[in-house]
Amino acid sequence: MDKTPNNKAWFLVLPVAVLVAFSAVIPLMTVVNYSVQDTFGGNQFFWVGLEWYEEMLHSERMWNALGRQLAFSAIILAIEVPLGVFVALNMPKRGFWASFCLVLMSLPLLIPWNVVGTIWQIFGRVDIGLLGHTLAALGIEYNYTQDAVAAWVTVIVMDVWHWTSLVALLAYAGLQSIPDAYYQAAKIDQASRWKVFRYIQLPKMAGVLMIAILLRFMDSFMIYTEPFVVTGGGPGNATTFLSIDLVKMALGQFDLGPAAAFSIMYFLVILLISWVFYTVMTNLDREGR
Amino acid sequence: MAWMAWTWPTAIFFACIAALLILFTILAIRSPETPRTGVLRIETTRGDRLFISLLGSAYINLAWLGLIGVYQPAALILCLVYAAAVFRWV
Repeated sequence: MDKTPNNKAWFLVLPVAVLVAFSAVIPLMTVVNYSVQDTFGGNQFFWVGLEWYEEMLHSERMWNALGRQLAFSAIILAIEVPLGVFVALNMPKRGFWASFCLVLMSLPLLIPWNVVGTIWQIFGRVDIGLLGHTLAALGIEYNYTQDAVAAWVTVIVMDVWHWTSLVALLAYAGLQSIPDAYYQAAKIDQASRWKVFRYIQLPKMAGVLMIAILLRFMDSFMIYTEPFVVTGGGPGNATTFLSIDLVKMALGQFDLGPAAAFSIMYFLVILLISWVFYTVMTNLDREGR
Repeated sequence: MAWMAWTWPTAIFFACIAALLILFTILAIRSPETPRTGVLRIETTRGDRLFISLLGSAYINLAWLGLIGVYQPAALILCLVYAAAVFRWV
C-alpha cells in the first residue's frame, strides 16, 4: 500500500524540532565553534583554524579508540543478532509462558545502565563476586582489572546480557506477524525446518532485524556508562572506547579544542552509518517486505 | 551567545548550510519532484542529494586534511565537483 505524503504533517513535528534545536543543534554548533579554537578557560578563545582536526587525524590514540570501538560493535552484533533470533524462534508463541518469557526478556532492558555496570562490576570481582569467585575456585585465571582479555570478555558478556533481549523481542514481534497459512503451506510442501526459517521466517523478520541491528550498532558505538563503571576504560586503555576517550579528553584533560574536533568526526561516522541504515530500511519498506 | 564562542568563519559556514536548507525547502514546495533512481540504485530527491553532497564533502575535507594537509580551498573545489556529480548521477 502506498503511503500518501502530506507536507502539512511537518507542522506536527515542529515541537520536536524546537526541542532538538535546543538539545542537539545548538550544542553541535557550539562544538563546531570549539573545534576551531583553543581556550585556557575563562571563556577566552583563540582561533587556531583546522589545527585540531589535523592533530586528531594523526592521533594514534583516536585511531586506536576507533579500532576498539569497531571491534566491540562487530563482536556484540555478531553475538546478539543470531542469539536474539535463536531465542525468539524458541519462545512460546501464545499462552501463559509466552507472556512470562516476554516479561523475563524485558527485565534487563529496564535496568538503568549504570546499575548494569555496577551489577557486573561486583559479579565479576574475584573476592566477593559470584562469577569471579567461582571462576577463581575452578582454577581459571580471571581478573578484569588486570587482564585486558578478561576485561573485554566481561564488557562483551555484560552487553550481551543487557541487550540480546531487545533483538529477541523485535525478532519475536516479526515472527508473530507471520500468518499461520505460510507454515501450513510449508508443511504441505514438506519444507525442512531450515527452509522454513530461510524462506519464510527470515524474510519476514528482515525489516525488524534491520531496526534491531541499527539500534544495537548505534547504541554500542556510543557506549559509555557500562564499561566506564566496570573497567573505567582499563586495564591501561584496553576498554577505552570512543566516548570514554572523548570524555577523558574533554573533561579530564580539559582539551576542549581537540575533543570538539574528535566529537565532530565521531558524529560524522555516526551520521554516515545512520544514513546507510536508513536508506536500506526505507528501500526494504518500499519493496513491501 | 558568548558561551557559544562564535567565530566569523563558523558563523558563515552555518549561515551557508541554513541558506541551502531554506533554498531547497522553497524549491521542494514551489516545484515538487518525483524521486529518481541513480547510480547508487536508491531513490533520491533533491534534498537527499544535498545531504549526500554535504556529508560526502565533510569526508572529502577530512581526507584532504589527513592525507595532504591544511589547504582547504583545493578540497572545496573537489567538493563542488563531487556535489555536481551527485546532483547529476545519484
